[in-house]
Amino acid sequence: MSTIKVNIVTPDGPVYDSDANMVIAVTTTGELGILPGHIPMVAPLEIGAVRLNKESSTERVAVSGGFLEVRPDQVTILAQSAELAEDIDTARAIEAKKRAEERLQQKQGDLDAKRAELALRRAMNRLDVAKGKI
Amino acid sequence: MASLREIQSRINSTKKTSQITKAMHMVSASKLSKAELNAKSFNPYMEKIQEVIGAIAAGAPDATHPMLESRPVKKTAYLVITSDRGLVGAYNSHVLKAALGKIRERHTSKDEVVIISIGRNGVDFFNKLGYNVIQSVIGVSDHPTFAEIKDVTREAVGKFIDGEYDELYMYYNHFVSAISQEVTEKKVLPLTDLSSMNSTASYEFEPSAEAILEVLLPQYAESLMYGALLDGKASEHASSMTAMKAATDNAKELIDDLTLSFNRARQAAITQEITEIVGGVAALE
Repeated sequence: MSTIKVNIVTPDGPVYDSDANMVIAVTTTGELGILPGHIPMVAPLEIGAVRLNKESSTERVAVSGGFLEVRPDQVTILAQSAELAEDIDTARAIEAKKRAEERLQQKQGDLDAKRAELALRRAMNRLDVAKGKI
Repeated sequence: MASLREIQSRINSTKKTSQITKAMHMVSASKLSKAELNAKSFNPYMEKIQEVIGAIAAGAPDATHPMLESRPVKKTAYLVITSDRGLVGAYNSHVLKAALGKIRERHTSKDEVVIISIGRNGVDFFNKLGYNVIQSVIGVSDHPTFAEIKDVTREAVGKFIDGEYDELYMYYNHFVSAISQEVTEKKVLPLTDLSSMNSTASYEFEPSAEAILEVLLPQYAESLMYGALLDGKASEHASSMTAMKAATDNAKELIDDLTLSFNRARQAAITQEITEIVGGVAALE
């Protein structure tokens, strides 16, 4: 089966660089699966999991937004943060989730609430990816 | 002439100082190489973003976004990157002087200016002069991760979109080489030079070019600031390295001088003693 090169890059450096048979990502308009030979495309991503299907396994990466750039032979994901499922620090994610929930409860102004909600979504996403739920 | 003991104690204290500055020189040198690596690993991210933005600018030139629009300037924000501590030579004074010079040249009233400062030196400097420092970050680590300044960059971009200021400039020391750093001014917002980014690729935009700009431009502006911070950090370590090297060299020179006068003083004391003994013996005969 043919493969496509996948790069995941964050400001702190490259996170992932390998070949996959299929890339599945959650864009703002819904889930998107990319196979080798896809037309060049750019799409914004939601906070969610990127799944990389390989011959016998599936790898998961938690990304916090950003966008996806597709070329026929290469997929590049540019996100402000991205973590491989096995690299996720679950304890820290649980901690972040708690903090975000507390802040949401306190409700100080719209901006803070919005930020707390995003933080909560990122934390939950990381937890889900770490546990292999999505 | 100072007494022997005085000279000796000065030699000792100078020696100790030079040991410390020598250690700091080596610490800065290793931090510098790490900082250069960080800046290098950030590059692919920046290049990719620029490429995609360039493609959008070329492929959909009529796409609009608030961050692309120049509007009448009522208030200007200046992001100044300095260090938290001293002992970095002229690193801080250069960048602060350049920023202040430009601010005074462009604005007649302090009300037209807001300051965003990364680093304690910048915060203190602008507070003392009575400027409005709206955001400050102190305690950025030597090798900052993006997460550390994410809140600041997000707020800086958010406030521009909300119209709190109409322009954002940043000032930092650009790392040229270990012995040379250049103060650099960069206009971050509004983003005006998109079309100059050359890009050969053409893409489908899903769902639309505007929707992508919505995600991409804030990310781009924030990356610009993070890139400047990494650059500034590399310069800080380089500057600290040079300053500590100079201090160590100066200490060595001082020790040489002091040792010379110590030996002279010792010699003089011995000569004097001999003269006294000879004189004493002559008196007895």
